[in-house]
Amino acid sequence: MTPDDRRYSKEHEWTQLDGSVATIGITQFATESLGDVVFVDLPEVGSEVSQFGKFGEIESVKAVSDLFSPVSGTIVARNDAVIENPEIVNGEPYDDGWLLKVEMADASAVDGLMSAAEYDALTAES
Amino acid sequence: MVPFAGWEMPLSYPGGILAEVRAVRKTAGMFDVSHMARLRFSGIGAVPFLDTVLSADVAGLKVGRSRYHVICDEDGGIIDDALVYRIAEQECLLVVNSGNADDVVEWLRPRIEAHGMVEMFNYTEQIGMIAVQGPEAVAILDRLSDTPLSAIRPFRIGDATIAGARLRAARTGYTGEDGFELMPPRESMLALWDALKDAGVEPCGLGSRDVLRLEAGFMLHGTDITRDNDPYEAGLDRFVHIGSPGYLAHDALSRIRTRGTKRIMVGFQMVGRGIPRHGQEILSDGQPVGIVTSGTHSPTLDANIGMGYVDRRFSTKASRFEIDVRGRFIEAEVVPLPFYSARR
Repeated sequence: MTPDDRRYSKEHEWTQLDGSVATIGITQFATESLGDVVFVDLPEVGSEVSQFGKFGEIESVKAVSDLFSPVSGTIVARNDAVIENPEIVNGEPYDDGWLLKVEMADASAVDGLMSAAEYDALTAES
Repeated sequence: MVPFAGWEMPLSYPGGILAEVRAVRKTAGMFDVSHMARLRFSGIGAVPFLDTVLSADVAGLKVGRSRYHVICDEDGGIIDDALVYRIAEQECLLVVNSGNADDVVEWLRPRIEAHGMVEMFNYTEQIGMIAVQGPEAVAILDRLSDTPLSAIRPFRIGDATIAGARLRAARTGYTGEDGFELMPPRESMLALWDALKDAGVEPCGLGSRDVLRLEAGFMLHGTDITRDNDPYEAGLDRFVHIGSPGYLAHDALSRIRTRGTKRIMVGFQMVGRGIPRHGQEILSDGQPVGIVTSGTHSPTLDANIGMGYVDRRFSTKASRFEIDVRGRFIEAEVVPLPFYSARR
């Protein structure tokens, strides 16, 4: 089940808000398409991300994908556990498999993202 | 499922690529490799003919044994790498990569006609092939077989009946583990697959097969070696016998061997964080010194590994260079091949 307590992007990232801080991760649909994740590259805390801009890479045994940020802002936390143990992303994409926490420049940017139902409709087509 | 050389093949089964790699390294896994082409050569000219086109010294191969080798054109380019099995004095089985089967057959046909006394029969669609690989593979097969397969030693081929299927069993493979490649009639394939699955052998797909072969340092034709490569730069010297009478690539290979090659295939392990991939450039001080032909994350070694051609100056153990991983320059170090070898 796609959790309905957060928003989703077309690039298969999720965003969960806590005040002005957005936690970002990738969806279960994305992890299932990728297969076993073996490598995650994330930027340093303190660096900037911009909405829909590339911020990192995720690789499975068979494929490489770019990671795109659903929001703009400054990185305030990075999940080093997934860098050490990338398989967490497959096992817990919505919980322990989070990637970044971003202090948003403009929290309203999240409004343009999809709801869980809209995202499910999108992935059901593909 | 993915299309592969005209076949529909599974990239992985539901357990995933990493679980399949683990099964083959720890217990036993199986691959449906029926897509590989099986060609039978027979007649009094069979062995002498094969020695004009294979680098295997088939005449020196005893009945019941097999040998890895390359098939080179008259310019020394590698058309394919293959295993040849001597089934009888005047009968051989050649197993070639599916992607190259048409090229190989097309290249062989006029040379067969010119040679004479040899018949080639492509029985790829009549006979299937299942590779059963892993430290427990032989013991499992022994339990299912009417005669102990463990009596067939590595690189030997023999006959057996497994799960009611009369088949040829070759103690060869492409994973770096002990095991067999079973060749039953097409009609017996499903029953044999099910019997192996019931015995605890894990079904494995193309994805894990590629990781396993790379960990074991095996080349993949079309990726690591092509018709533009010669077997010496690919580091395959010990599989190249050029002394057989009438060997068509003799002059070219002998010239290349004497001249030496500028670049050579090496194995390397990433020092920095990044996974090397086919086609990425290898650099030293910003200057190109080679190209990556294969790369992956090795779950067995928990390391990122690759193979590629480098200028000979960078080919010695512990030599360092950088890989251009999509714009990030990541350090790598030359390590001996294979990356992984099973304790036997």
